[in-house]
Amino acid sequence: MTDFLNNNGISLMVFLPLVGVALMMAIPEKQEELHKLIALVTSLATAAVGAALLVKFNYDNSSALQFAIDKSWIDVVNARYSVALDGISLPLVALTLLITPLVIIYSWDHIPEPGNAKAFLILMLVLHTGMLGTFVAQDLVLFFVFFEVVLLPMYFMIGVWGGPDRLYAAIKFFLFTLFGSALMLVSFLALYWVTGSQTFDMQRLAELVANTEISSRTQWLIFGGMFMGFGIKVPMFPFHTWLPDAHTQAPTQGSVILAAVLLKLGTYGFVRIAIPILPEAAVDWAPIIGGLAVIGIIYGALGCLAQTDMKRLIAFSSVAHMGYVMLGIATLTTFGIQAAIFGMVAHGLITGMLFFVAGSVKERYHTLEIKRLGGMLTQAPKLGWILAFTSMASLGLPGLAGFWGEFPVILASYSPAPGLSDGLFRFYMVVAALGTVLAAAYLLWLLQRTAFGTPSEEFADDPNITDVNTFEWIAWAPILALILILGFLPGLLFDVMNDPVSAMADAVAALGK
Amino acid sequence: MLAAILAQVEQVPFNRPDIDWHAAAPELLLLAGGAIVTIVDLIWLERVRKLIPTLTSLTFLIALIPVITLWNDGGELPRTMFDGAYVVDEYSLVLKGLFLLSGYVIVLLSTNYMLEGDYYDSEYYQLISASIVGMLVMTSARDLVSIFVAIELVSIPAYLMAAWRKRDLRSNEAGLKYMLMGVFASGIMLYGMSILYGVSGSTKLVDIGAALTTGESVPLITLAVVFTIIGFGFKVSAVPFHTWAPDTYEGAPTPLTAFLAVASKAAGFVALISVVLFAFPGQAAVVEPLLWVLSAASMTVGNLIAMRQSNIVRMLAYSGVAQAGYMLAPLAVFSSRPDQAASAIVTYLVIYAAMNLGAFAVVIAVARKTRSGEISSYAGMFSYAPGLTVVMTAFLFSLAGIPPVGGWWAKFEVFRVLTADGNTWGVALAVVAAVNSVLAAYYYLVIAKQMWFVSAPNDDKAPIVIPSSLQAALALTVVFTILAGTVLLGQIANLTDFSLVN
Repeated sequence: MTDFLNNNGISLMVFLPLVGVALMMAIPEKQEELHKLIALVTSLATAAVGAALLVKFNYDNSSALQFAIDKSWIDVVNARYSVALDGISLPLVALTLLITPLVIIYSWDHIPEPGNAKAFLILMLVLHTGMLGTFVAQDLVLFFVFFEVVLLPMYFMIGVWGGPDRLYAAIKFFLFTLFGSALMLVSFLALYWVTGSQTFDMQRLAELVANTEISSRTQWLIFGGMFMGFGIKVPMFPFHTWLPDAHTQAPTQGSVILAAVLLKLGTYGFVRIAIPILPEAAVDWAPIIGGLAVIGIIYGALGCLAQTDMKRLIAFSSVAHMGYVMLGIATLTTFGIQAAIFGMVAHGLITGMLFFVAGSVKERYHTLEIKRLGGMLTQAPKLGWILAFTSMASLGLPGLAGFWGEFPVILASYSPAPGLSDGLFRFYMVVAALGTVLAAAYLLWLLQRTAFGTPSEEFADDPNITDVNTFEWIAWAPILALILILGFLPGLLFDVMNDPVSAMADAVAALGK
Repeated sequence: MLAAILAQVEQVPFNRPDIDWHAAAPELLLLAGGAIVTIVDLIWLERVRKLIPTLTSLTFLIALIPVITLWNDGGELPRTMFDGAYVVDEYSLVLKGLFLLSGYVIVLLSTNYMLEGDYYDSEYYQLISASIVGMLVMTSARDLVSIFVAIELVSIPAYLMAAWRKRDLRSNEAGLKYMLMGVFASGIMLYGMSILYGVSGSTKLVDIGAALTTGESVPLITLAVVFTIIGFGFKVSAVPFHTWAPDTYEGAPTPLTAFLAVASKAAGFVALISVVLFAFPGQAAVVEPLLWVLSAASMTVGNLIAMRQSNIVRMLAYSGVAQAGYMLAPLAVFSSRPDQAASAIVTYLVIYAAMNLGAFAVVIAVARKTRSGEISSYAGMFSYAPGLTVVMTAFLFSLAGIPPVGGWWAKFEVFRVLTADGNTWGVALAVVAAVNSVLAAYYYLVIAKQMWFVSAPNDDKAPIVIPSSLQAALALTVVFTILAGTVLLGQIANLTDFSLVN
């Protein structure tokens, strides 16, 4: 068993969803229930394989790549099929494994218009493979392929099952991401050549760059290409404009996955590829990244305050939250990057949850316009309380997961890595702290206008407005529980990633001294 | 007078050059096949009309056999004939395979189109065979004369076929425009070639290459190099020599458009690769900037105009112009890594052939129902032809270069050559290409949008009936396109990993 997991576990996990896809392709569209069942079973089986890996994972040695599989793929360019798990990818893989089955459960009675459960769930499973693959890839070409595979299903999910403005949103999402990833590919190839050994292996590249004389201008440019690729995906200010459109127009399931996992592909890219391979350029870029991050925090928060649509507000809050994550990464310290990874997971859970709630509100009220809603606590008390709980988590209330993604980031910016200007980052710190106040403002305001008060006249006697149903409970309970558990026991996550992150931060620190 | 000359001739003993029959077998078999098709048609006329396409496609497959046996003869390559003017090596074999298979698919595309329209169809298949013979010759030609003969053998049948729908004015325009521009290009190219011969005293590419390595900038040589390359620029429809392509593509019968966009263009690239790599390595200072500009202009102009098209064939024509830009790109930095540049282009050609032929197959299939080439007529296809929609989507994303479908690997190889050695111009062209791939994605997505997101006009949900030959073409191309980006990737990379210049 252990041997099997060591040699095939990750491949099995990544490609199992495609087995489900193949099965579903063969079954006619009419049998919706069967499609849902297959999709659910596949995603649960994937999660089971993933869980077995998580159990067997050696947590005492989390900086080592475990369950590594390394097979030849494209010999001519030395690109290999190389996948593995370590302390950095593990939390994100776990997040993905959790979210996808929950989204499929939620889909049970929430297949968005115009229906066609078969195609919808097939796309979901393809997306699952893409996301898992990106988080385990240890080879730049393989990473690129998985990174792009994610694009297609999401494009169709938004374009076919999205809101009224879906065509525009889908194309915008696609073109923005594609632009970034094309430049990212050029950067990957540049790395391949400048190191002189023609490899795409991430670990080897990190060693090679450290031991080769590469002019800092070249490194700066290569980092710049990656910055475009990952920064657009995050998204960082000023590349964030695709996000509110995509989020607002996507169906609930799409928004949840987009918020919970897809945005993390970008931040993960920084932590996994850009910084370890090019630490020197990372130090050069950090002030810029930090600056854009805090602009994003403030801009996102102000954007939220201006929104009249609940879903759009949550989308803008993502821009702000990802700003904290990027600020944490920009400090280049162990503490900051750990907080950033924690922030990724916390944001995934919390914002994913908020989008679930928004989807359910939309389904009941047929609108998300904040001024028309109100009094949710009296009409659908459980839904109202879930919204309240999640909003509290989102604004960073201590004791809930969101806190550990924000507070440590602000702390870490007090003393960034050697080589970075303390003054500048302390300024960032102050701005970021101001951002938390704004976050509290827009979330409480949202809550006040939608959950408190009395129901507006048009919805007062609407029989459609029911409380949380069974499928929603099954889909949401694990997320709500995790928000609470991670809030009280942040060490669960911090311990896993401590070793690999400090190894990375030490490498950066050694450069700055 | 005449007697005196004849007397002289008799004194020079004529030695028949050694012919390697095995190496020449693909061309000879295809020629024989074309002749058999003609004879069969002459004898049995209408009675065998339905058999002609089958017979033609069979000859393509038969001609493929010696290509495979030659390839497996690995140790004996390269085989040279006629004093080095005709070479069969790995490079030419890969391309011969490509041309024969493309020809096979094009016959599949043509079968029902020609049968159902009021056309002379057996002549059409004879001309296709002739044109493909020209392409096979092109892959092995290492001599200006044989290259020129091959180019004309490729082009002249194509001029005729472009005007095949002779009762349609646009088809007449297509043929005439194509011929005038093609002849003009040949003229310019011949002029350049004649100067090359004058300067070097030889028509063999290698000899010319040796004669031009002096490195000095001689205006006459520069002129010759520029003229020759411009001639090829017309053939591969690079900007600013692309103006014939959209009109010709739109007016010609659609299967022939596929032929022009894929096989004929590939033949132009083959000639360009041979000439640049063998004859102009010493003239890199002239060739590289010229091709850099042609490449960047083709990508950008092609993509920008393609965005504005409402007819899918015209859009594919302009997208083909842009794709030619990507394919020219490796030649803009060829001097440091000639072999890799050639490999990248051939990789691109192989994948491009599959995905573009596939896209045209879908266009032909859809036109059977809608009788239209307008992009808006693709609306709502997902609701009545989901299979065809998925297949077309695969081709479109492949053309846009999105993994996991094949096209990304072609682009990847081009990028890989461009970024090698950190050459500023190369990296700059890579960035231009990267930005362009976003422009291109836009108009491919517009079609995807019509098929998937927009509802069918008039709620017309009658299914599309696809004849079996078209189904076969679709299946072949889509399977290859999908596998080329994932499982078969290593094999394709190995296939195109040859050494051309020793």
